[in-house]
Amino acid sequence: MPLVAHRNARHSYSSNPYGRIRQSGRCRVIANQAYRLPEVGAIDRSRSLTFMFDGRAYGGFAGDTLTSALIANGVRLIGRSFKYHRPRGIFTSGPEEPNALVELGAGARREPNTKATTIELFDGLVAASQNRWPSLRIDLGAINSLLAPFIGAGFYYKTLMWPASFWETIYEPLIRRSAGLGRAAEGPDPDNYEKAHAFCDLLVIGSGPAGLMSALIGARAGARVILCEEDFAIGGRLLAEKHEIDGQEGRVWAAQTEARLTELQNVRIFRRTSVFGVYDGGTYGALERVTDHLRESTPHQARQRLWKIVARHVVLATGAVERHIVFGGNDKPGVMLASAARTYVNRFAALPGRHIAIFTCCDDGWKTAADFATAGATVVAVIDVRREISRAFARVAERIGARLVTGGRVVGTRGGRSLRSIDVIGADGQAVRFEVDCLGVSGGWNPTIDLTCHHGSKPRWSDDQHAYIADKLPPGLSIAGAAAGALSLPAALLSGAKVGHEAIHTLGFIARFPDLPRTDEDPARLNPFWHVRGSRGKAFVDLQNDVTVTDIEIAFREGFRSVEHLKRYTTLGMGTDQGKAGNVSGYAIMADLTGSSITVTGTTIYRPPHVPIAISAFAGHHRGKNFRPTRLTPSHRWAAEHGAIFVETGPWLRAQYFPKFGETDWLTTISREVTAVRTAVGVCDVSTLGKIEIQGTDAGTFLDRIYINTFSTLLPGKTRYGVMLREDGLVMDDGTTARLAADRYVMSTTTANAGLIMQHLEFCHQVLWPTLDVQLASISETWAQFSVAGPCSRATLAKLVDPPFNIANERFPHLSVASLTVCGGVPARLFRLSFSGELAYELAVPANYGDGVIRVIMSAGAEFGIEPYGTEALGVMRIEKGHVAGNEITGQMTARDLGLGRLMSTKKDFIGRRMAERIAFHDPNRPCVVGFRPTNRSARLQAGAHFVPCGAAPTAANDEGFMSSVAFSPSLGHWIGRGFLQRGPERIGGRVRAYDPVRATDVEVEICNPVFIDPEGGRLRA
Amino acid sequence: MRIPCPYCGERDAHEFAYLGDATVKRPDFDARESLWVDYVYMRDNPAGRHREHWYHTTGCRSWLTVTRDTRTHQILTVEFASQGDAA
Repeated sequence: MPLVAHRNARHSYSSNPYGRIRQSGRCRVIANQAYRLPEVGAIDRSRSLTFMFDGRAYGGFAGDTLTSALIANGVRLIGRSFKYHRPRGIFTSGPEEPNALVELGAGARREPNTKATTIELFDGLVAASQNRWPSLRIDLGAINSLLAPFIGAGFYYKTLMWPASFWETIYEPLIRRSAGLGRAAEGPDPDNYEKAHAFCDLLVIGSGPAGLMSALIGARAGARVILCEEDFAIGGRLLAEKHEIDGQEGRVWAAQTEARLTELQNVRIFRRTSVFGVYDGGTYGALERVTDHLRESTPHQARQRLWKIVARHVVLATGAVERHIVFGGNDKPGVMLASAARTYVNRFAALPGRHIAIFTCCDDGWKTAADFATAGATVVAVIDVRREISRAFARVAERIGARLVTGGRVVGTRGGRSLRSIDVIGADGQAVRFEVDCLGVSGGWNPTIDLTCHHGSKPRWSDDQHAYIADKLPPGLSIAGAAAGALSLPAALLSGAKVGHEAIHTLGFIARFPDLPRTDEDPARLNPFWHVRGSRGKAFVDLQNDVTVTDIEIAFREGFRSVEHLKRYTTLGMGTDQGKAGNVSGYAIMADLTGSSITVTGTTIYRPPHVPIAISAFAGHHRGKNFRPTRLTPSHRWAAEHGAIFVETGPWLRAQYFPKFGETDWLTTISREVTAVRTAVGVCDVSTLGKIEIQGTDAGTFLDRIYINTFSTLLPGKTRYGVMLREDGLVMDDGTTARLAADRYVMSTTTANAGLIMQHLEFCHQVLWPTLDVQLASISETWAQFSVAGPCSRATLAKLVDPPFNIANERFPHLSVASLTVCGGVPARLFRLSFSGELAYELAVPANYGDGVIRVIMSAGAEFGIEPYGTEALGVMRIEKGHVAGNEITGQMTARDLGLGRLMSTKKDFIGRRMAERIAFHDPNRPCVVGFRPTNRSARLQAGAHFVPCGAAPTAANDEGFMSSVAFSPSLGHWIGRGFLQRGPERIGGRVRAYDPVRATDVEVEICNPVFIDPEGGRLRA
Repeated sequence: MRIPCPYCGERDAHEFAYLGDATVKRPDFDARESLWVDYVYMRDNPAGRHREHWYHTTGCRSWLTVTRDTRTHQILTVEFASQGDAA
C-alpha cells in the first residue's frame, strides 16, 4: 500500500480530497491517505482498517480515532451546525468536541450525536453526518443562515407565541422538525450492559504526566490503585506533545510507566473509562466502554460497564482543555484548536492542513507552529495578540519561515466548505490576507475541574491563572497537574508527585518522595484574550449550539445577564459538549458587556454526568424481564403442562385459569372451575401468599400489638383471621395466623404485601418493642401451599395424609392447624381454612415437593372430579363469599369501612388503634362495604362505577361511593358486586344507581348483604 | 452514599430502605390525640445532623439508627435501633 506523504506539497487538496478504493484480495484497502505523515505517530501502520463515512469507504490504522482517520483522508466537512446549518469540520481532538458529531451504526444500534473525536477507529466502522438534507455538501437547511438576523437568541420565545391554538398543532411540530441533530435508534437496544463495583485505596483519574506520577507513587507504596483513562491509550497529553522525559520521547516514558504499573498486582488500569460523577462516601461513577471499539460485541460480553468505584482517596488529574478565541468566521472547517491540530500531527500522523496559520494569545500556540514545521507543513503565519513576545519565539518564526504578526488579530475568514484564507490586522492597523487551509487557535487552557463541583461547590476565577480553578474540593479528593493549573510538563510531573505522595501518606502508607524525571523547559505564559471586536461575519462562542457574540449581546440588552439566564436564553454551554471549549469565553464577553469582571459574572455549575452516559448503562442487566425477575410458583411446570393461562400478580406468575379443549371464552372456563369447587373439589396453588414464622415466649403479645384482634388467646392447633392497621388507623393487610405451639405462630400475608409486612414486623420488634422475646423469619419461599376446596376436599386429602393423623371433621374441625406427614413421609402443615366458602384445606409442603404433591392431589381427587382452578375462580368465589381483597384494601379504608370493625379489640393497644379512633373515621356517612346485584339480573356490573341515588343527577355532589369488585357468579347465574356505599348496611334492600361514565354503563342495583353464598357458614364447617 | 452497618460492615446505600426521623417516640396509648398526630404525621426536616431509621433490606434486616448530616450526607454514627436511643 503506497503511503503518500506530501512534505512540500503545494497543490491544493482539492486535487485529491478522498482516498480511492481498490480491491486487494478479500479486503478493500485504501490507496491513498493523502494527509498521512510518514513514520511519526502512535498509530500501528501494520494494521490497516477500512471504515465508511457518508457511504464512502476510507482507510485508517489501528490507533486512529474517527477524526484522525478522516483528517488523514483529507475529509474536512463533517456536519452541519445545529441552527444555521453551517458547514462544520473538526474543532478539537477530544470529548470537548462541539462540531464533529456523527451518527454511528444503523438501525437499533444507531447512536446519534457521537463525538467523532472520541471514537476509536475499528475495521468496518460506519458513520454518517447529521443535520443535513439532501446531502452534507448541499444542505437546503443552510437557508437558515440567511434568516440569521431573525432567529437570534430568544427567537422561539418571541415569535411562536400567538395564537395559542398553534402551540401544539403547528409550532411544536415545527420546532421538533428543525431542532436537534441526529436521529435516535430505531429499536430496543440489542446490546448488553452491566454494572460492577470496585474498591481501592487510591483512584487516579487521568493518565497524563501528573496522573502517572501519582499512580506510580501509590502503586510502589503498596496501595490498591485504580487508574482510569478516558482514552484508549495511556499518557494524556504526552501522546500529543513532542516532549522529552529522561532523554526519550514522552510517549515512550508513558508506555514504560504503564508497563511498570501493569506488572504490579495492586494496580488496575481501566482504559476507555470515563469517571463521570462524584457521589457521597467516596463513591465515583465511571463508564467503561468495553466493546465499543470492536466491530462486533463478543457473545456474553457487555458493550459498556458502569462502575461504582469506592475509593479512600482520589487524585484528580484530568488535565485541561484549550479554549478558543472568538472572531468572525471562526467556525469554518479548518479552524481548530491549536493543541488539537498538533495532536493530529504528533499522535496520529494526520495533517489537518498543509498551509497553516496560528492565532494565539499564549506560548502554547507556538508549539503547534513548531510541530507543523517539523512535520513538513508550511507555517504561513503566527498571529500572536501579544505585542511583545520572547526572542526565542521570534527565532522560531524565523527558522520555520513563518510570517510573525505580533499584536495581531484575525478579523475574518474566507472559504465555502473549507477554510481558504484568513484576514489579519496587525498592531499597526495594516490588513493582510494569508492563504491557509488550517488555522490553529490557542486561547489558553481551562483546567478540567467539573468533577470537583459535583458536591455543590462552584469553581473560582483565578486572575493569576486566567482560568476557573477548583475551589472547595469534595472530601477525599485532591487535584494535580494541569487540572490544578500546573500547565507545563515539569510542573505537572512535580504536582502529580507531590499530590500523590501526600495522598498516600494520608492513607497511612509510607512512600519516599520520588526522583522527578528530567524534562525540558515548557513555557506556558498567557495573555488572556477572548474576542476580536469588530471582526467580520458571525463570531461563534458556542459552536455546538450556534451561539454567537451577537446572541450574548441580545441577552445582555434584554436583561438576561446572569450566567444562569444567559445559558437558558441563548443555550450557551448546553448540548453534548456542555460548553467545554466555549463557555468561559461567553462569560468573559458578558463580563465585558456589563463592565464587570469574570469573577463577578461567575459560572454555571457542573453537575454529573461529566460526559453523556447511555441510559442503558445505568440500567445494566435490569431491563425487560430482568428489571423485576418473574417468580414462578412451585406448581408452575405442572400448570403449564395442563394448559394454564398465566397472569402477573406482583412479581409472581400465577395460573389465571385452565381452559379445556373446546372452551372458547374465559367466562366458560372460570364458571366451570367455580362449579367444580362448589360441587366437588378443586385445587389452587396459593404459595405466593407471604408466610412469616414468629417464635418466642412473647410471640402472642407481639401479635396482639400487630393485629386489631387478639392472638394470645388463640389455642395451639388453631388459626384465626386477623386484620392489621397502619399507625394512621387505616387497614394495611389481612390474613390468617396459626398457632403451631405455645411459642410458635405462622402468619400469612397477602401476596403483594409479603415483603412490606416483614419489614413492618421487624420495625415493630426492633424499634418499638425490642425487649419482647420474639424471633421472625420469612418462610414464603420455603413452603409450597395448595388450597384444596370443595365438598370432596376431605375425601381427597384423606388419601394423602399419613397415619396416625385423623382428618375427620370432629378431630380436625374448621380453623384447625396441624403438623403432619403426607404421601408416606413428606413433612407438611395442614390448615383448615376456606377462602371460597366451601369445606376447604390448605396443605403446605416443603417447596421442592410442590410439583410432586400437586400431581398426587390431582390423582387422589380424580375419582371425585377434581379440577385445578386459577386466580380468576379464586376471585369469583371470594366475592361470592364476601371476603375483602386488594380491591378493597386500598390504604384508604378503615376496618369499619370493610365491615371488619367488630374485630377491633378495645382491651389492648395495637398499631393504629389510637388514630383509628378519630371521629371522622366513625362518621356514619362514610361509605361502608355492602353487596350489590343488578335489579335486572341480566345486566352486567362494572368495577369502578360510582353510586348515585336513583333519579338523582350523576354529579360529584351526589356521589355516594363506588363499586370495588364485580364478578359473574356461576352459582347464582348473574353478576354480583361489592363496593363502598354511604350508610350501606342500613340501606340493605334498597336500590341505587351504579353509574360508570368511563365504560358508559348505568345500571340500577339492589343493595344486599355482601355474603352471597352460605351466609351462615354451614358449608365450611361441614 | 455508604452506610457502615454494625453487623455487615460498610455497605452501599442501595442495600438499605429509608424510613425517616428516628427521634419520634411512639406515645402511650392513652396520650392525648395531639401527641399521636405529631407522632404519626409531623416530621422535622433539619439542615444538618439528623437521626433517622434505615433498614438493611438486602443485608441483615436490622433496623438501624443513623446519624447523618443532611447537608453533606456524612454518616456520623450508626447503631442498632433495638439498642434504644443512645444519643
